[in-house]
Amino acid sequence: MSILVNRNTRLLVQGLTGHQGQYHTAQMLAYGTNVVAGATPGRGGQRFQDRVPVYDEVEEAVAKAGANASIIFVPAPSAPDAILEAADAGIKLIVCITEGIPALDMVKVLHFLREKDVTLIGPNCPGVISPGERCRVGIMPSDIHTPGRVGVASRSGTLTYEAVYQLTRAGVGQSTCVGIGGDPLVGANFVEVLALFEDDPGTDAVVLIGEIGGVKEQQAADFIKAGGFTKPLFALVAGQSAPPGKRMGHAGAIITGTAALASSKIAALRDAGAAIIPSPASIGETVKRGMG
Amino acid sequence: MKLHEYQSKALLSMYGMLVPRGGLAATPQEARQVAERLAGPCVVKAQVYAGGRARAGGIRMAGAPQEAEQHATALLGSRLVTSQTGPEGVPVHRVLVEEALEVERELYLGIVIDGGAESVVVMASRAGGTDIEAVAREHPELILRQVVDPVVGFQAFQGRRLAIDMGLPASLARSLAAQMVALYEVFIAKDCSLAEINPLVITRDGRIVALDAKLNVDDDALFRHEDLAALRDWSQFDPLEARAGQAGIAYVKLDGDVGCLMNGAGMAMATMDAIQASGLSPANFLDVGGAADPNRVATAMGILLEDPAVKRVLVNVFGGIARCDDIARGILQAFQPGQRAIPMVVRLLGANLQEGLALFRASGLNVTFAASLLDAIQALRELSNAQ
Repeated sequence: MSILVNRNTRLLVQGLTGHQGQYHTAQMLAYGTNVVAGATPGRGGQRFQDRVPVYDEVEEAVAKAGANASIIFVPAPSAPDAILEAADAGIKLIVCITEGIPALDMVKVLHFLREKDVTLIGPNCPGVISPGERCRVGIMPSDIHTPGRVGVASRSGTLTYEAVYQLTRAGVGQSTCVGIGGDPLVGANFVEVLALFEDDPGTDAVVLIGEIGGVKEQQAADFIKAGGFTKPLFALVAGQSAPPGKRMGHAGAIITGTAALASSKIAALRDAGAAIIPSPASIGETVKRGMG
Repeated sequence: MKLHEYQSKALLSMYGMLVPRGGLAATPQEARQVAERLAGPCVVKAQVYAGGRARAGGIRMAGAPQEAEQHATALLGSRLVTSQTGPEGVPVHRVLVEEALEVERELYLGIVIDGGAESVVVMASRAGGTDIEAVAREHPELILRQVVDPVVGFQAFQGRRLAIDMGLPASLARSLAAQMVALYEVFIAKDCSLAEINPLVITRDGRIVALDAKLNVDDDALFRHEDLAALRDWSQFDPLEARAGQAGIAYVKLDGDVGCLMNGAGMAMATMDAIQASGLSPANFLDVGGAADPNRVATAMGILLEDPAVKRVLVNVFGGIARCDDIARGILQAFQPGQRAIPMVVRLLGANLQEGLALFRASGLNVTFAASLLDAIQALRELSNAQ
């Protein structure tokens, strides 16, 4: 079992004909993901690896190839348009990998999506993978994952890989790993992902990887306290050593007030009953011990 | 990206906000000329990328043009140390000379993109002229908020509501609301991530004037604002941060002695945390990015080597897309003949790992390999004990 993606996922790749799109589509196909179509305006009629048809429009990909999920590799200036096009065409899961979308564009995008029955993951995220379903909708290295019953939700890319690598080496398999993205404004936040994991019979516990900036971790803590998530939660918050007022790579990773501090987030999550992972070097070990 | 006060005020003025009369000066003589033109008491303000200027002596009153010239002489070419800068301060290359106004009330006006509300939020407070962070901590009820609908934008009625809720007379509410709408228009047109007018003053003669102004532009939106991108003042950055920034590398200077080279922002922060938790201290945050081509890595490594505080280096790269031999080539490229020797702990994971490690071995440099983050931290501690 899994959340968001599974064997029924029929994936469309927006921006398939670009360098990044081609590379990762090949990787996703090799992993077992059912990539049914690509979409690039002006490139309709082409085929990728002689088997994946490319269409000019998302609407066409939905109608002709039955796409129900989309991954976006479109450059930042056009990525908001790509998200809106997918949502308008009735795609139910949109995973936006693109980094560097202006925040005010995301304000409009999220406003548009509020009226639609769609889940957006990202932008600026590694995507979603479910090892048990052999479904990878993202750019993460496939080989570090192993099927299992622990979910992962994270604001980071490479730190998620590190966490998964440690889990796998400790013998802890994953149900689904979700990178929600490093921007201040993303589609699904921790709360939405935790709600999905709560309802997933294939997930026994969740590893949450947060970082400085914003209030996403506090919202997760409030959600747990309100009874929305009842499974064991292991939490790591990166950036305890970060100075205030400086953007630490991610647009969302900046300490602008007390709530943005790693210590505030850790306190909120601990108060909600989460087991705090003491060091990024001991993620696998902590979860393994916690799972008994 | 920050804008200087004078740049922010020029934008505000273009959108119909009232700012004090004044002019920019790069020399004491120019400061005197501006003051003469203003013909009255004036204020000389250091133009730096840091708040807390007033308490640091960066904002000075002048009764006469000669006094303005003296203040400018003292400020220009100096480094201003405020509560928001490091002990080395920031250089003052220009001063803004403005008319001194007779102030009746000081207000605060701010606009942010709020992650919780997932929208633009306009904030106002009658506790203007003070440290707004402190107000937010101690008297959050004094900061009023209006969430903006992204389709219709900030509306005048929201501005009037904020004015009236701040306890201002209804007679002022309309003109104050107009100023708020103007600020919102700048915010949207220039893709700001933050706009702050602190204080926004009401003068004795009833005008509403932006006495100070701080606009930050969203770095991610600079691709459609080439004119604003060109305004970035690299002199205001730590020299190593400036070099990294110009090379497109996310780098933040810290005060420890372990130079760190990582890929991915979360991974970089987590590595710094692990170093700190072990009792050592990171010298920097550095994210070379996901793709990590050799030249970028070489530039990044060069920056670490140039930092005299760095006594040892940790490379922690989890290659998903990045190839380990490319990373190794980039790092070794930075060690040109004559480069100082520095012990390194290297932890690499990903494609072409063995090729990467072989390159390090063949280099003759002092490199300790680590298979995991835990091992890497232990190796660093041993290095530090031995040094």
